Formats: sequence, C-alpha cells, structure tokens
Amino acid sequence: MLELRNVSFRAGDEPDAKEIINHVSLTIDQRFVALTGPNGGGKSTLAKLIAGIYIPTEGQILLDGIDITNASVTERARMGVSFAFQQPVRFKGLTVSDLITLASGRKLSVAEVCSYLSEVGLCAREYVNREINASLSGGELKRIEIAMVMARGTKLTLFDEPEAGIDLWSFGNLITVFEKMHEKINGTIMIISHQERILNIADRIIVIADGQVRQDGTRDEILPSLLGTPATCSVLTGKL
Amino acid sequence: MALDNIQKNMLSEIAGLEAIPEGAFSLRLDGQSALRQSTENIEIVPKTDKPGIDIYIKAGTKGERVDIPVIMTKTGLTDLVYNDFHIGEDADVLIVAGCGIHNAGHDKSEHDGIHAFHLGRGARLKYYEKHVGEGEGTGERVMNPTTVIEMEADSYMEMETAQIKGIDSTKRLTKATLGDNATLIIHEKIMTHGKQFAVTEFEIDLNGEGCGTHAVSRSVAKDDPHQEFISSINGNNRCSGHTECDAIIMDHGSVVAVPKVIANHTDASLIHEAAIGKIAGEQLIKLMTLGLTEQEAEEQIVNGFLR
Repeated sequence: MLELRNVSFRAGDEPDAKEIINHVSLTIDQRFVALTGPNGGGKSTLAKLIAGIYIPTEGQILLDGIDITNASVTERARMGVSFAFQQPVRFKGLTVSDLITLASGRKLSVAEVCSYLSEVGLCAREYVNREINASLSGGELKRIEIAMVMARGTKLTLFDEPEAGIDLWSFGNLITVFEKMHEKINGTIMIISHQERILNIADRIIVIADGQVRQDGTRDEILPSLLGTPATCSVLTGKL
Repeated sequence: MALDNIQKNMLSEIAGLEAIPEGAFSLRLDGQSALRQSTENIEIVPKTDKPGIDIYIKAGTKGERVDIPVIMTKTGLTDLVYNDFHIGEDADVLIVAGCGIHNAGHDKSEHDGIHAFHLGRGARLKYYEKHVGEGEGTGERVMNPTTVIEMEADSYMEMETAQIKGIDSTKRLTKATLGDNATLIIHEKIMTHGKQFAVTEFEIDLNGEGCGTHAVSRSVAKDDPHQEFISSINGNNRCSGHTECDAIIMDHGSVVAVPKVIANHTDASLIHEAAIGKIAGEQLIKLMTLGLTEQEAEEQIVNGFLR
C-alpha cells in the first residue's frame, strides 16, 4: 500500500516558487490506478516523487507503512518500486538482454529474457542482443522499458504515459499487454495515461490538475465526466 | 620454457592464452625474444639489422592464428621492436598481439612497438591488440605503438585495439593506405584513469577506387587524465570513409577530439562524428530505478560503452 500524506513539491528554493504538487494526500491499495489530467498538471512529478527522483518539500510518503520520504531511488527500487519512464533512456553498448537481466536482479537464461520480450509483443530473437541505442525506434524502446519493469515484478509499478511516442496502431497492441498485466499482478500498477482504453481497465481514476487532486473515484464514477464534459474534452481529446 | 605466475597472468590478460599455444607464436620477454614457433604456412624470422621479427603468411593460408605477445616485468626497461607482417594473397588469418607491462619498481618501463602490415591482394586479416599495465611500483608504464598498414586491392582488415587499464602514457599512431576495393575497419577502446595520458592518431589514405574505412574510437576518461583523438581521412578516389570519436568524460578528465576529413575526389564520401560528454543523469537514474547504486550504474554504463 502506498500512502502520500500532504505531499508538496516546489521547484527551486525561492519562497514564491510555484507549487508543482500542492498538498496531495492519497492512499492507494487498488491493483490498477490511472492518473490523468491536463499536461503540466503535475502527474509526472508525482510519479517521480514516489520513485524518489524528486524529494518532497513537504509531507510524507509511505510504502506498506514504512516512511520512504527520504529514501534514495536505489533504496526504493529495492523496496519494490519500479518506474517505466515516459522517455526511455538509450545506452550505447548495453543490450536488451543486459537491461532485462539487470532489471530482474538475477541471472536470466536467454529463454527467460525472450519470454519477457514476447509478452510485450517483440519478436525476441531479433531483439535479445540489440544495443539500446539510436537504432531502436521510440515504440521499440517503450516496449523494452515495459518488459524491464515486468521482469522486476515489484509490488508497485509506475508507468508514465506508456502511449507517448507510440503511434496509435502499435499502442492498440500494447493495450492487451496492460489488460493482461491487470489480470495477473499481485501488487499495484499506477499508470499515467490519457488513453480511454487504459482508463477503461482502471479500478480507480485520479484526475490531477494544478498540482492537486481534482477528482478521485472508481472508473464508473469518473470516466463519464471525463469523456462527457466539453471543458475536459478540449484538454483530453487531443490525446485520445 | 616455463613462465612464472606474473607472466602467466599477463599472457592470459592480453591474449586469453592459458599456456603457450601450438601454432605460430612469438613471445618477447623483457626486451628479448624468448620463444618462436613457425608453422608450415606461417614463418616467423628474427630481424638481423634491428630488434623484431618478420612474419610471413603464405598465400592462401586460411583460418590460422598467430600470437605475438610481449611481456615486460622488469622496471627501468625501454624496449623498441619492429614487427613486419607479410600477409600473402587470399590468406585469411587472425593475429593476436598484446603487450603487458608489470612494473613493480620505481623506474619507467616502456614498450614501443612498430608494426607494419602488408596485405596482399584479396587477403583478410583480423588483428587484435590489447595493452595492459599493472604492478604495485610507482614506475611509469608507457606504450607507444605505431601501426603502418598497406592494403592491396580487395583486401580486408579489421583491427581491434584495447587499452583498458594501467598504462600511464600512450601515443598511438595508425597509418593506412588502401588500394582498390580494400576495406579497413578500426575499433579502438581506451580507458584512462588517474593522471594518465593518451593520444591516438589515425591517418588513412583512401587511394583505391571503391575502397572504404570505418574508424571508431570509444574512450572513457576517469579521474584526472588527458586524452586526444586525432583522425585524418584522405579521400583520393571514389571511396567512403567514416571516422567517429565517442568519449565519456568523468571527474576532472579532459578530452580533445580532432576529426578531419579531406576529399580530393568528387566521389569521395566522407563522414566524421565526434561526441564528448559525461554520463547522462537519466542513464544513472534509470539503472538506479532497477535497484543499482549510483556507482554500480556507472560501472555498467562504462563497461557497456567499452564492450
């Protein structure tokens, strides 16, 4: 269970600096939670605060009752937090197999690496020994990024806009990956997304805007209002 | 002959050999030729006018390997050696050179190897060269290799060099002249630590019609070292040339990259690339989100980069 208690984050030290996250309190124990809302509203910042990439200026973060507010990225990763970046990182010289092996934290056989790749729809044989360099497309990198967090299999997995950088056609195939994940995970998946099909499989939808929680509830409570109101539509339809 | 443990370790480090192999082999130990083995197709002959050997590979020799390791374990020794390789027409061979300096003393140990390759028509060569320095002494470990390559028509050469640790100062010069349809691939890896100094220079003349080269240097400068990469590719015919310097800089290292391409022919297609930068913060963070510490992440990134 993840708990945010009155968490705030300001960029910069000036007293008048803008609150990117403004007193957010959330308790998350559902299996599949979607964060949505307009761009620049603070969703990615919130994910980075949970992963430890940013440290809150105020408030506390607890994972299974343990205060992790000041724990490092590495410590949180070892406690069971995974984070799939919106922009996957390239590494000259490191291969797909290297990264999936590092992610899993143990020695993997080629067959095991391949099975993770197959799960995200990559033809494993072609990718296992590929370098994570500029020769891979954004969509391929995204799938590898997702395979990495799946190999970790931690109790909390954060996805920052898995649809970003992928054409709609490829993303359609990726949705099935998330649907499958939804069925078999034991922990919690928190996913930042604007995609209706992702929101559609969420147990809970949290709308973040201006650094605050604007709406929070089950899919049935939130989704109609997101898709129905013209005001929200103008923000979200661009993404759909 | 029997090798002591230091020598055995060195041989394993630089050439991946656990014992003296069967086949063509020449071992140079502390400035002296210690052992030479020729085979039916590969003849190794000592030079009479200066230190060094001539290696003759018969035309058409396929799939054979030549090892010519150099090991220095004495402090205060400067060794200069000339090795000439004559690769016969249509031969296809592997040559593994390497030099290990174990300096336990306080004086400088230096090895300067001058290697000349002559590739006959249609010959194919893979050439590996690994340089390693070690030893608890304060004496400097210096290597200044010069490689001169002449390639006849349709020949192919792949040169992989690595200097990963322990060499305090190196000046490396590689010169090549390519004939018609010849191809030269160079992959160089250098890692410098401490206050080490490394200069590497490529000078490649693309003279033949349809010849090409791809010369890549990847380096990491950690602590307080200085590295220079200078490459000059001359396109004198219809040819293609690509040179690339890619460096990771850490701590207080400094790296200079000077790629130069000169086209003297309208059908010369030449590209140079040079990139120097520190490890990207997002690369470290990505690996840390996988549970690695910052230091472990850095090691993984550097090892991959120099693989």
